[in-house]
Amino acid sequence: MTNHWIDIKNSDCILIMGSNAAENHPISFKYVIEAQQNGTTLISVDPRFTRTSSKADLYTALRSGSDIAFLGGMIRYILDNNLYDKDYVALYTNGSFIVDQSFDFKNGLFSGYDANAHKYDKSKWAFEKDKYGVPKMDRSLKNPRCVFQLLKKHYSRYSTKLVSTITGTSEKDLLTVYKTYAATGKTGKAGTIMYAMGWTQHTVGTQNIRTMAIIQLLLGNMGVAGGGVNALRGESNVQGSTDHCLLWHIWPGYLKTPRASDTSLTVYNDKYTPKSNDPQSANWWQNYPKYSVSLLKSFFGENANQGNEFGYSWLPKADDGKVYSWLDLFDEMYNGGIKGFFAWGQNPACSGTNANKTRAALKNLDWMVNTNIFDNETGSFWRGPGMDPATVKTEVFFLPACVSVEKEGSITNSGRWMQWRYQGPKPLGNSLSDGDIILMLGEKLKELYTKDPGVFADPILNLKWDYVTGGVYDPHKVAKEINGYFLQDVTIKGKTYAKGTLVPSFAFLQSDGSTSSANWLYCNSYTEKGNLSARRGQEDAVNKIGLYPQFAWCWPVNRRIIYNRASVDAKGNPWNPDRWVIKWTGEKWVGDVPDGGWPPLETADGFKNPKTKHAFIMRKHGHAQIFGPGLNDGPFPEHYEPLECPVEKNFMNAQRINPTAPVYGGKADEWATCDPRYPYVGTTYRVVEHWQTGVMTRHQAWLLEMQPQMFVEMSVELGQLKGIKNGERVKVTSPRGEVVATAIVTKRFRPFKVGGGVVHQVGMPWHFGWEFPKSGKEESANLLTPSTGDPNTRIPETKAFMVNVVKI
Amino acid sequence: MDFTRRQFIQVTGATAAGLAVSGLGFDLKPIKAHAQMLKTVSAKQTISICPYCAVGCGVIVYTSQKGDGRVIDIEGDPDHVINRGSLCSKGAALAQLSENKLRVTDPMYRAPYSKEWKTVSWDWALTEIAKRVKATRDASFVRSNAKGQVVNHTTAIASVGSAAMDNEECWIYQALMRSLGLVYLEHQARI
Repeated sequence: MTNHWIDIKNSDCILIMGSNAAENHPISFKYVIEAQQNGTTLISVDPRFTRTSSKADLYTALRSGSDIAFLGGMIRYILDNNLYDKDYVALYTNGSFIVDQSFDFKNGLFSGYDANAHKYDKSKWAFEKDKYGVPKMDRSLKNPRCVFQLLKKHYSRYSTKLVSTITGTSEKDLLTVYKTYAATGKTGKAGTIMYAMGWTQHTVGTQNIRTMAIIQLLLGNMGVAGGGVNALRGESNVQGSTDHCLLWHIWPGYLKTPRASDTSLTVYNDKYTPKSNDPQSANWWQNYPKYSVSLLKSFFGENANQGNEFGYSWLPKADDGKVYSWLDLFDEMYNGGIKGFFAWGQNPACSGTNANKTRAALKNLDWMVNTNIFDNETGSFWRGPGMDPATVKTEVFFLPACVSVEKEGSITNSGRWMQWRYQGPKPLGNSLSDGDIILMLGEKLKELYTKDPGVFADPILNLKWDYVTGGVYDPHKVAKEINGYFLQDVTIKGKTYAKGTLVPSFAFLQSDGSTSSANWLYCNSYTEKGNLSARRGQEDAVNKIGLYPQFAWCWPVNRRIIYNRASVDAKGNPWNPDRWVIKWTGEKWVGDVPDGGWPPLETADGFKNPKTKHAFIMRKHGHAQIFGPGLNDGPFPEHYEPLECPVEKNFMNAQRINPTAPVYGGKADEWATCDPRYPYVGTTYRVVEHWQTGVMTRHQAWLLEMQPQMFVEMSVELGQLKGIKNGERVKVTSPRGEVVATAIVTKRFRPFKVGGGVVHQVGMPWHFGWEFPKSGKEESANLLTPSTGDPNTRIPETKAFMVNVVKI
Repeated sequence: MDFTRRQFIQVTGATAAGLAVSGLGFDLKPIKAHAQMLKTVSAKQTISICPYCAVGCGVIVYTSQKGDGRVIDIEGDPDHVINRGSLCSKGAALAQLSENKLRVTDPMYRAPYSKEWKTVSWDWALTEIAKRVKATRDASFVRSNAKGQVVNHTTAIASVGSAAMDNEECWIYQALMRSLGLVYLEHQARI
């Protein structure tokens, strides 16, 4: 979230699309309802009438996988009716940037497409630069090659009529939603979006969110109270685990995983440190080497020095051009390339897309380690449906983890708040915290490699591993390492910071090895002032918008609303004086921690301020990106159909699916589009009583009693068509698997009119698995979902696919 | 006078409806007060954050300081500025996660082609895992790729997990995996 949970109450219009917050983030609704009571309009857009929809002032349905068409129509509506915030767009976005002549869009393809490689040459999407290398701009937004004019041209095709044909939403409903939400473009008004996996789990996932980000920028909704682009993250610490980069492509703090061609630390730092020639651009990532070197110092401690490039060569490099994401990992395992596997607090046999392929892949392993609270479908895959244990060679180790209330440490919520938890009871039986298990395993490996160095023992033996106090894992020691230390006396701006003290914030980190920080984003969380994440201050900030700056700690540097430098006009006066986030007093900023402390763009007299910086400090050119030339599938979002879809053609352009979407071609990856055997759109979702694959809820008596069974929801019309009655058990099939479920025949789903025909959609939860309840009959919806995903993130497309439903 | 639990609830329900003294002719206030006390007397209170979704609601954990030292109850924390004491159905059932007979509390091992788990010790499990990690890693480790570029990685071991771990655990986990040379390193954020 760019904003945070409490901030939802500050919104004038709340759009919930791609999520069902009332069901899956129930306490967020405390603030949605508070806003509604103060006159805020709640809009719910969802294929199904959900619990969120039941609270909405305005509800309409769209077919799964048509969100870009829906939102693209809103962009056109905003532009056609001059409802955008012109000052905001001109000052803070790249709407004014001039795009090079090589950029074009024809027949559903952007310029630079390589049809053999299914990839774009992104150099065709560059900005024109002046003689100093600074992008040329036209703040009047009139130049026909400026981003704003190209945006207009791109979305001129998204007429309400055409959008309605694609989405199945009536033109009347589209216009009502557009008009209501676009009203937040008025200066001082704020609109917010609450989205989740309903947007990310598509072959156009990233571009779904980009489309909304463009809307938010056009309407001036970024950086303000009650605005932002707010991803409702689904796991208690998925924000923190992402910040610490438990992902193949990034290192802690969103640094890049080096590629094989990054042959030295110097080459690596040069490649990933953006350079701007604009003196007015803060270009914050210019500090990259300070963060990478401080990270290496945390990895390897005293063993990292200038002479060995701080241990850079000890860490693994990814081969250039190769992707090691979830889909690719299980594809490699399915093909026999992976021999050893850890499933740590995760249940891929149910959670991953195309679960039958995942389950078959596990048979190819020599060994697996499954760490969890309960046994699950992954660790016990060898005794699952269709498996004969006598033919499965895989050795499996199950390591019992304790539950969260039995240990101490911090987690980071969706609003970026790092919150400290304390130990209640001791771990049950012989279960242990993940921290203890990881430390003990590391110690065993260090012992083993000390006795027999084997192959390249250096990184293992040099790894800093001193996080024990009194023989057990000490979360405080790690939390301090994450913040970072001065490793020698360091003098900054005349003040000396003593060796061994904690670094006050990331502005103090150095690239010469004199500081450590295991994650620069968290530098400032645990300082000489103490553990700031454990704070419980009840006082709100001076602006009284619910920031609670002394309660817990949030990254970066306790800034509660990021991009807040865009919440003010050029002189530093808030767009909305009643719900201001920051404001310039003439000498300094007050309110939230400002996004960079530089003065506003203009002085009080209206002259350009010589010391100012552009507002979006994390962007190389200092401006938010309406035109996004860094993505793999184009600088503007475009509607493409899901890999499996119910229409023969894309009504918007000549490409049916995203031309850069990864498609896997093995036998287990079979897919079928416009196939009469699989005539209905399928989607997946969750219920409030269960969580994810259900391992942490299916084993609880109350929750299982409330939601005991796998179900499939379908419209009354589809029920009649198939002769299926409410409560009957039915079989849902896709080219990859089948699931037995109880039919819920309901008015919550309605047939869609798409392209002149009728399209039915069904939906299922993905909380179940054969291991528990003991009947073994309740299974995962991911047995049905396809092996494809977003070309940027490779998040699988589990929200739109094709199925059949038959009576048993 | 003997009461079943259901009758007791009916009676206390009636007092909640506005009768200080029940129609049965005696004052239930002391019984209610005692019931309140039973829950927290001799319990240690600690604060935690709910482990389900990412709203980050505060909870208070009541742990017995007598007997088994286990959780008596978990409630919403009224002083938490986000949830102000509220919890959803999952958060409200949180005590059933920690106090659950289905939890596995000892390491287990399933041998190749075996039909069953057997309970093992931590030391045996971790020693055997470390041996397998070393054997697979050393047999598959790539120092340089076909172009002669140093890669120092293994693609024969993969690890997934976990958004269920604390920040500090996440950090040491990825550090260990990366020190081993893993590049297949993924978790919930990807799906």
